[in-house]
Amino acid sequence: MKKIINDPKDVVGESVDGFGRAHADLVRVETDPLYVVRADAPIAGKVGLVSGGGSGHEPLHAGYVGFGMLDAAVPGAVFTSPTPDPILAATKAVDGGAGVLHIVKNYTGDVLNFETAAELAAADGIEVKAVVTNDDVAVKDSLYTAGRRGVGGTVIVEKIAGAAAERGDSLDEVAAIAERVNANARSMGLALTPCTVPHAGEPSFELADDEVEIGIGIHGEPGRERIKLEPADALVERLLDPILEDLPYASGDRVLLFVNGMGGTPLMELYIAYRHAAAVLDGRGIAVERDLVGNYITSLEMQGMSITLVKLDDEMIELWDAPVQTPSLRWGR
Amino acid sequence: MGLDITWAVDWVRRSAQVIAEHRMELIELDRAIGDGDHGENMDRGFQAVLPKLDDLPAGSTPGDVLKLVATTLISTVGGAAGPLYGTAYLRAATAAGPAVSLGPEELADVLAAARDGIVARGKAEPGDKTMVDAWTPAVDAARDAAEAGEDAATVLDAAADAAERGAVATEPLVARKGRASYLGERAVGHRDPGAESSALLLRAAADSAAAATGS
Repeated sequence: MKKIINDPKDVVGESVDGFGRAHADLVRVETDPLYVVRADAPIAGKVGLVSGGGSGHEPLHAGYVGFGMLDAAVPGAVFTSPTPDPILAATKAVDGGAGVLHIVKNYTGDVLNFETAAELAAADGIEVKAVVTNDDVAVKDSLYTAGRRGVGGTVIVEKIAGAAAERGDSLDEVAAIAERVNANARSMGLALTPCTVPHAGEPSFELADDEVEIGIGIHGEPGRERIKLEPADALVERLLDPILEDLPYASGDRVLLFVNGMGGTPLMELYIAYRHAAAVLDGRGIAVERDLVGNYITSLEMQGMSITLVKLDDEMIELWDAPVQTPSLRWGR
Repeated sequence: MGLDITWAVDWVRRSAQVIAEHRMELIELDRAIGDGDHGENMDRGFQAVLPKLDDLPAGSTPGDVLKLVATTLISTVGGAAGPLYGTAYLRAATAAGPAVSLGPEELADVLAAARDGIVARGKAEPGDKTMVDAWTPAVDAARDAAEAGEDAATVLDAAADAAERGAVATEPLVARKGRASYLGERAVGHRDPGAESSALLLRAAADSAAAATGS
């Protein structure tokens, strides 16, 4: 393991400390318990948005705290859901009297800890709703798994729901638009290399130099299939085809195309992937109305990518375009 | 003879020790079918309990110790294990009630309450390749031993034996809950890390009982 760290036990605390210092104009870092909150929180009358999960997916989620997106983010240990205490503290810190929406990725630990925190917040008189993102088509949605994982679609849910909250929508309305984005989002990812969790010191799985893991989540967990490395265009189709079939997306649809890096893949390669994904969609008569390319929801230094498609309507486009000012997503303001 | 506060405190200390000793083993088991954090998270949780044992007020009961473990694990472990073990210890504490000493029947009740808490939180059933597969045979064995008139230490020893067999028996299973469920057939051949940590904790309970009763 070769990493720019001090003690593995201090990785999250030191990282969030540095993040807070770098972005002191936008966020405030609370350390006991640990969470990141908008510098101007709570905002009276505005629905508060809180997300969180294991660390190691940066810039998700702390990078999206700010105007027009999240009010607070709760980082857990690396790849480990935060405990209910900091989620509860963050929920209280952003409650402006209009209620709080929890945006939770569908992983057992995240769901259990956010549920517990929501119960505790309700006991304190705060109205909390939760949307659980589950956009990963690599997981068969059946009785035999814990359900689809929340992956890249989470970023889009946070942006659009954040804009709805910023314009003054009620808790029910913000929750409804978050659910609508999630219901219209589908994702799939692949890994060229595993990643190494600092406290484990060893890669999360073994992958030969010429192998690709197809259908990964965002925690370095193995995927559903292992293949020999193929050219970029073929890899793009391996991700895009199951996505397109799943919703399904059809000719005439307008979509947001999100090509996401897993942390260790250069933008050069992500744009090569975007180029072909856009061409495939164009060939099917699907209009790419909006897009996002870059490292937005990652797995430490893993090489790989995920593709997310979100079927858009007029309101979602308006909210996507609305101003946002966070450390990692910023436009229009 | 029942098991009192001394046993309960010793159980926590032994739990912390055995989890620390098996930290890497649990990480390895979890790395194979999950995300590799189970040993780290459990170690963090039990290490956080240790200093709090010194602050237990005089007159504390085994139930108080179980509740202390519950609240500490919930607030320090995270992941799925935090809420699951936290609920288990919390339900166990409730089952133990204000009793200063737990006999064979009470211990069987405490283990059953813990298992029921895990099932309620995680919604897993036997055969899903989770910690339930260690707890269910452990509860059954404890109940059988108590009904057969065995003493407290023997009840816990029977539970620990059954949990260890249950953990081993998760190896050929396909997971249906938790992160391993995403692997399908590829989870076969790997032991469930939660079942393994459960077996370690129940063995620690039995060892503490054996030490307390001199058996």
